[in-house]
Amino acid sequence: MSSSTIAQTDSSLRPAKRRIGDTVFGGLSTLSGVSILVILAAVAIFLLAQALPALTTAPDVLAEQGYGEFWGWVLPFAFGTVWAAFLALLIAVPVSIGIALFISHYAPRRLAQSLGYLIDLLAAVPSVVYGLWGIFQLAPALQPAHLWLSKYLGWFPLFSGNPSGTGRTIFTTAFVLAVMILPIITSLCREVFLQTPRLHEEAALALGSTRWEMIRMAVFPFARAGIVSAIMLGLGRALGETMAVAMVLSGAGVIHFKVLTQQNPNSIAANIALNFPEAFGLRVNQLIASGLVLFIITLAVNILARWIVSRRAQYSGAN
Amino acid sequence: MSVTTNSSSKALNPLKAGQLPRWAPWAGLGLALIVGLVFGGMKVAASTLIAAAVFVVGMHVLSLYVEGRRRANDRLAQHIVYGMFMLALVPLVWVSWIAVKNGLARLDAPFFTYSMRNIVGEGGGAAHAIYGTLYVTGIATAISVPIGLLTAIYLAEYGGNSKLAKGITFFVDVMTGIPSIVAGLFAYALMALLFGPGTVNGIGGAIALSVLMIPVVVRSVEELLRIVPNELREAAYALGVPKWKTILSIVIPTAISGIVSGVILAIARVIGETAPLMVAAGFTQSLNNNPTQGQMMTLPVFVYDSYAHPGIPRQPYWDRAWAGALTLILIVMLLNLIGRVIAARFAPKAGR
Amino acid sequence: MNIKKIGAPFAILMAAALSMSACAANEGTPADNATTQSSGSADAGSNLSGTLAGQGASSMSVAQQTWIAEFQKKNSGVTINYSPDGSGAGRKAFQGGGVQFAGSDRAFKDEEMKAGSFGKCTAESNALNLPVYISPIAVIYKVDGVDELKLDPDTLAGIFAGKITKWNDPKIAATNEGVTLPDATITAVHRSDDSGTTENFTDYLSQAAPSVWTEKANGEWPSAFGGEAAKGTAGVVDAVTQGKNTIGYADASQAGDLGVAKVKVGEEFLGPDADKAAKLVEASPKVEGRKDHDWALKLDRKAQGAYPIALVAYALVCEDYKDDKDAELVKAYVGYMVSDEGQKVAHEKVGSAPLSADMQAKMKAAVDSIK
Repeated sequence: MSSSTIAQTDSSLRPAKRRIGDTVFGGLSTLSGVSILVILAAVAIFLLAQALPALTTAPDVLAEQGYGEFWGWVLPFAFGTVWAAFLALLIAVPVSIGIALFISHYAPRRLAQSLGYLIDLLAAVPSVVYGLWGIFQLAPALQPAHLWLSKYLGWFPLFSGNPSGTGRTIFTTAFVLAVMILPIITSLCREVFLQTPRLHEEAALALGSTRWEMIRMAVFPFARAGIVSAIMLGLGRALGETMAVAMVLSGAGVIHFKVLTQQNPNSIAANIALNFPEAFGLRVNQLIASGLVLFIITLAVNILARWIVSRRAQYSGAN
Repeated sequence: MSVTTNSSSKALNPLKAGQLPRWAPWAGLGLALIVGLVFGGMKVAASTLIAAAVFVVGMHVLSLYVEGRRRANDRLAQHIVYGMFMLALVPLVWVSWIAVKNGLARLDAPFFTYSMRNIVGEGGGAAHAIYGTLYVTGIATAISVPIGLLTAIYLAEYGGNSKLAKGITFFVDVMTGIPSIVAGLFAYALMALLFGPGTVNGIGGAIALSVLMIPVVVRSVEELLRIVPNELREAAYALGVPKWKTILSIVIPTAISGIVSGVILAIARVIGETAPLMVAAGFTQSLNNNPTQGQMMTLPVFVYDSYAHPGIPRQPYWDRAWAGALTLILIVMLLNLIGRVIAARFAPKAGR
Repeated sequence: MNIKKIGAPFAILMAAALSMSACAANEGTPADNATTQSSGSADAGSNLSGTLAGQGASSMSVAQQTWIAEFQKKNSGVTINYSPDGSGAGRKAFQGGGVQFAGSDRAFKDEEMKAGSFGKCTAESNALNLPVYISPIAVIYKVDGVDELKLDPDTLAGIFAGKITKWNDPKIAATNEGVTLPDATITAVHRSDDSGTTENFTDYLSQAAPSVWTEKANGEWPSAFGGEAAKGTAGVVDAVTQGKNTIGYADASQAGDLGVAKVKVGEEFLGPDADKAAKLVEASPKVEGRKDHDWALKLDRKAQGAYPIALVAYALVCEDYKDDKDAELVKAYVGYMVSDEGQKVAHEKVGSAPLSADMQAKMKAAVDSIK
């Protein structure tokens, strides 16, 4: 299929004899692409095979030997996963875009690269360390903020309820997650912003626009698809993050939107990590089945993202 | 309050009417800091937040009054962008400070030359974990980068709008969502299938990491390849350069710095993974130089275990945990640096 | 060409790592160690050699590390690895034949005890459950001005079930005369991960305060009872330490400077002392229908004079190993665990409660029976 594409593309550019180099190189890269599908299929088969017993066993047997009826059990965790990732994106996206803009368009040129390097360092910190930082530093530091928010903004549903005494809430977790996905979103956005055609920018400036107007008219439209892609990459990380959430969040199987209380909806990945070591029999299957649910959530998110991107104009190349 | 400052400055500089003097932002910043200190009590965080809010809003109002809507918006955007950057530095400085402060206690020579074999309580080191991490991550990189890079090239250059390309793009997205622990379980199951039950070794860990790493490499590289201007490709074709050569000597070099940065971010993404390595690479107190045989300790597992399962007294275990965390950060920084140097040397002159 | 350039640093790095012929200063080749050891300490003429793999409960991870270190010093030809992946993983690996022994927070259940279902054991051989590690679980708290706290089972259950929410609740005051209890909300911290500690704690509550604690014993905290969750023993200790007016449960050895509550047993209030926890094991009957040398216990949380909240972890081994070499190593190593010396070392370095002399003798007999 791909060879025909090559031929087509080639012929549209220039009619020529087929080149061995192209056949080999194209074949190799196609093979790599296919190998990814094979790996993924292997993972999916593994997941399905392991998850099946949990999905097919009768609920009363699951209640006896597992964690209880599957869908009722997994729903709060699915909610927690999405909720925590959403909150993290809420914090991280504006900041990341800001940083990326700062590096690409605001910072002095000489400094820009080193500053970009500085932000990349945030990605150098392993999640265990973020977990330790969250427990020992961020949670105690944010605890007064919990009290303040619940005292003055407690009428707002998000901040209602009894504030936690230790600060290990989804509020704190969202901050930790935001810091973790920040460098991922920033790095991609930065590269995309830097690739904005110079001519577009200069044209905007020549028409008398301010720097901000130039960014809005030339940079953002060009980078929109890239930004969405960057956000999705960050979201993937936030949805699947295990260790930091497991260490920081005081989680349980509950569903509510309050972000300051003791009991928070736990995430699927964290729940697997917390319970897998001691799990046995059907419980293992049930945990892996919840992994499958996480898989499907990511799938849904990605379909949505692709749809958003495809609704926008062609963005490959700079013309 | 701020409005009065402004009207006086306006009166003083009739020539610069309609524009704020250069010192205005600095004066505003000073004023905002004072306001922040007064209302925020002596708490650093509260004061800074209040000061920032006062500054941004105050300057906007001031600029709106003096300079008009468009310039005011420009200023607002600039202040917010600067603010976002400084905001991001807070966790960076905070986390590194904590890691350095707690990690330095045990970042000594024995830490790099001793393993934990036959050591209880104080002393010992993480040599076994450091080498384990290098082996496992090295192998994972060796698997993921070629596959990831070539796939990205396929997607950006060859695939076009074919069904296969669309499918791969989609499933790479799906792959980014594999929870790390599931990747570990998958690798564990795969090794058991291939080499008999209970096979836990360095290769298993590397496979788990590869599953996590490949999609990250593909995603970032593809994005960068796509953004290389088509004019460059067309110019090359026009000169009769074959497609594969165009890709290798025009497209990739143009994007090389981003590619290296993407690969390194991908390594950074997986080098700190704990849960999958615990399942697939195992746990040992001794050094193991053979990734194909026997369990292999890795740094994140070492850090996590030292934190989570300390003996008494707790301190030596925690010191080792933080020293391990600091080492891990330093390794990634070193990698980063190497990557930057390579990128800077081989990248063509950038447009800016 | 450029791909090579990109790959170069990684290739260099890997080559460097490999060619450095990585070694650790405290590790020689086993042969080296053997010679230096045997010439240095002519100890017991140990000529054991080989590798032993164990997997299981993270609760006794440090105890295992301590035993391994001491045992390897004596038997330098032996390498033992114990991966603390969790009891469930350990039991599964033992059944699958991945490891020669497992550590577990509970014994195999009756339905799991089937001859031939254990990978490393002969077809006729069943598993042996040997209690080797007792860790008293302390009820830890941090409340300003309260140095001593005494709680009866119903009150303790009430606090953790979220039914008693203030420190100055009359039920708490009833057992703590003369202590000024603050008018503050209680933050009860429990384990967020599935754990043997939680299972033992809830088992105690359901046995001692069935009217308040209506749930069964469970390694997973029943979320209906609420409270704050933290990961692992370390997480609970940190949450209690950093919070205010907090209470939680954790291995007594990790309690540090925190207040430790005394729990009512019969008519007296007991703290988590080692000898009182050891008494719990001694006073508890065996699970019915087990063989002579299988010591799966049914813990009696109401035994007089015994501290009732303790975790008992088992070593799971074969009655009869397929490979005689495995049997030899397991006998030597597990024998060391249950010896007086092994129990003492664990008590000093990890804070576990040593098995009583009587139990040690029983365990030794059991280990000797391994073939």
